[in-house]
Amino acid sequence: MIRIQARTEPSSLMKVASPLLAITLTLIFGCILFSAIGKSPTQALHVLLIAPLADSYNIGEMFVKMGPLLLCAVGLSLCYRANMWNIGAEGQLLAGALGGSAVALYFIDSESSFALPMTLLAGIISGMLWAAMPTFLKLKYNSNLILTTIMFNYIALYLLIWAVHGPLRDPEGFGFPESALFSDNTLLPVLFESSRIHLGIVFALISGVIGWFILSKTHLGFQIRVFGADEPAARYAGFSGKKLSWLVMLFAGALAGLAGVSETTGPIGQLVPNVSPGYGYSAIIVAYLGRLHPLGAILAAVFMAVLYMGGDLAQIEMGIPVAVVSMFQGVLLFFLLACDFFINNRLAFTNQATN
Amino acid sequence: MNTHNSVSRLELVNITKQYPGCLANDNISITLMPGEIHALLGENGAGKSTLVKSIYGVVSPDKGDIIWDGREVSIKSPSIARDLGIGMVFQHFSLFETLTVCQNIELCLSKTQLVNIGDLASRITQLSEEYGLNVNPSRYVHSLSIGERQRVEIMRCLVQSVKLLILDEPTSVLTPQEVAGLFVVLRTLSNEGCSILFISHKLHEVTEICDKATILRGGKVVDTCVPNEETPASIAKMMVGDLAEQDAGYAKKEGTESVLCVSSLSLEPKQPFGTALKDITFDLKSGEILGIAGVAGNGQDELMAIISGEDERNIKSTLSLSKQDIGHLHAGERRKLGMAYVPEERLGRGAVPEMSLSENTLLTHSEGFIRNGLVDWQSIKDYTTTMIAKYKVKCHGEFSEAKSLSGGNLQKFIMGREIGQNPKVLICAHPTWGVDVGAALAIHQALLELRDQGAAILLISEDIDELFLLADRMSAICDGHLSPVVKTESTNIDQIGQWMAGTFIDNKSVSISNTTPAQKANS
Repeated sequence: MIRIQARTEPSSLMKVASPLLAITLTLIFGCILFSAIGKSPTQALHVLLIAPLADSYNIGEMFVKMGPLLLCAVGLSLCYRANMWNIGAEGQLLAGALGGSAVALYFIDSESSFALPMTLLAGIISGMLWAAMPTFLKLKYNSNLILTTIMFNYIALYLLIWAVHGPLRDPEGFGFPESALFSDNTLLPVLFESSRIHLGIVFALISGVIGWFILSKTHLGFQIRVFGADEPAARYAGFSGKKLSWLVMLFAGALAGLAGVSETTGPIGQLVPNVSPGYGYSAIIVAYLGRLHPLGAILAAVFMAVLYMGGDLAQIEMGIPVAVVSMFQGVLLFFLLACDFFINNRLAFTNQATN
Repeated sequence: MNTHNSVSRLELVNITKQYPGCLANDNISITLMPGEIHALLGENGAGKSTLVKSIYGVVSPDKGDIIWDGREVSIKSPSIARDLGIGMVFQHFSLFETLTVCQNIELCLSKTQLVNIGDLASRITQLSEEYGLNVNPSRYVHSLSIGERQRVEIMRCLVQSVKLLILDEPTSVLTPQEVAGLFVVLRTLSNEGCSILFISHKLHEVTEICDKATILRGGKVVDTCVPNEETPASIAKMMVGDLAEQDAGYAKKEGTESVLCVSSLSLEPKQPFGTALKDITFDLKSGEILGIAGVAGNGQDELMAIISGEDERNIKSTLSLSKQDIGHLHAGERRKLGMAYVPEERLGRGAVPEMSLSENTLLTHSEGFIRNGLVDWQSIKDYTTTMIAKYKVKCHGEFSEAKSLSGGNLQKFIMGREIGQNPKVLICAHPTWGVDVGAALAIHQALLELRDQGAAILLISEDIDELFLLADRMSAICDGHLSPVVKTESTNIDQIGQWMAGTFIDNKSVSISNTTPAQKANS
């Protein structure tokens, strides 16, 4: 008989093995699914996971997608460490894209060297503002952060759609819901010729390192970890929960806002309604896959970016619907949470029933 | 007591229970005669709870036999245990507060039992008079004091005509007068042939009431004795081995100048079922231990939270530390001014369960370890390692998670951490609650040493013996009122016990509602 037994102490092996096991199970699930819809599983997996890394153009695109994922995931990792269930990275990203684009359009004819920094700053501040409102509601009225951040995601989305249909629409754009193309002065520099890799990926990697530094080296990071792991202990020690909540939320909002403005001033170059294919939501999975560790998030972001790329390729080459990416993400999170159960529990095999 | 020529009530033969990573019971054999009051003694983690849970059918032992009234039985669930006539009163009561006494008792009876009893309420009244339990079947449980609730639990066992009553640390929540009342009931039961298995930490109670005692250590039976032929000290020695030093007769000291002053502190409770603090005034002097006695839930938690600053409400000018108002400062700022605090809950408040001991040191002791906002982890690890050695904390090392330590060891760690900050004022709640004798001795000595260095210590405890042992001045708290403060030499257990029950309140204040303090304390 198989029984579930609590471990005396958490398994450090499972902490590392759990994400790998979850990925493996997800791939097995994928094989079964592709067979069921009459596609070759090996070919599908090749297109999904290997092809995105097969040539330099694809690798470049992978980095383009990795940037916003990582920026959002680092902020979320800190939030989740502090027990702040911020599901609003998507909204904060869109707010950053909207705010940044408004400033970029203001500078559209300007030669000022402040134009790009001001644009980025506007994106960061917009993201922080979008994170600040649910935080305020939580701390002041004890509202549920999960619900309010999700609602703010929709508000941000429709605000953005209204903006591209109204005030920010390109007057010479034949009525399409898009802004004018930004001037070169407000575009992020491209890192390598002939690719679209831009400065955003550098921001993302730096944010990962900063996040790691804060969490493991500073007293502030220690307070964040205590606050998340054990709130009564944080109160007992005299750490201010309000201050820590504000800090992690504003940090996450700033990074998500930066991700948003980096998209519009980077690969897109203008404000369009579909700035993000759900980066803010996928970043939740990235954060968990990276064990809520900012450096782990870097690896997880690579994997998730590959999956995004692979989804596009699978649609082009094999006619597999792009929804398969969302499904893969969902299944991955499901298996990850299931595997995490075995960090604190294990299966015990006994010869006979004991009761 | 009738132990001759009769079959034993209960016999345990080689009971063994293995938990992952710990052998809780190792070949334990115990015999209980009808009418015997048998004490089960041992330090925390000695395996007492596992053993009684095996008897009550909560835990199934891996090996061993249970022989009940001469025949072997297999007790697979508490309901089988109850059918046999085994009743158990847990340390934490299992009563529904929104139901009456009668309804609560009815819930745990089977249909046939109910039919046999007939009118349950009158049966309760009858038993209540017979044993002097004073339980009114129509009262709601939420209006009962802790002592009364315990009597309801005992009544629940009596209604089922219990032949063996298991009591898990029954006196830890009672005032001295209530303990005396409980013992009368237990003796009556014993005279009628009901066996009683009595788990306690308080050795003088064991010597007072028990016929026999079995001492467990590390899951094994190490000794048995007849308690009234022993002294508490000799039993303590059996419990911890030969290491136990004498823990008694410390010199009392007089404090010098006032350090912490609380003046006319009145405060509404933060939680709906909390206790309001009512006009509390006292001052704590350096170089003394001020003990506050009281039954749990009489405002101790609220008082500690407001003094430590965990309760963030601003009460400027009623609280001062070294003549400086601290009512508006938060807990972290008060710590910087020299205040330290050992909370009642060790795991989850005094220490973060999933963090290492080093990280838990940093939790409250950050001075000297932070430079420009960066943590000097190496110094913390070194400091923690020396502290572990100094306070003899049993663990693998500074990297051990707090939750892997036993209660007593974690408490020694927390005491060491707080004392290590050389506090001017130490607030200490139930420092040895659930801690074994050896660790309690170490904690007592650490407290006295800190006092002798000139610190002011506020000691809040439910253990009245401990307070008499350590405190230089004493007071009691009941329903949010603080009794007068007196020198320990000039009072006695009786007076403090009465103060714990609130007798001082009537002369002190007139605004008491018609509920008794004890009732309110438990709502």
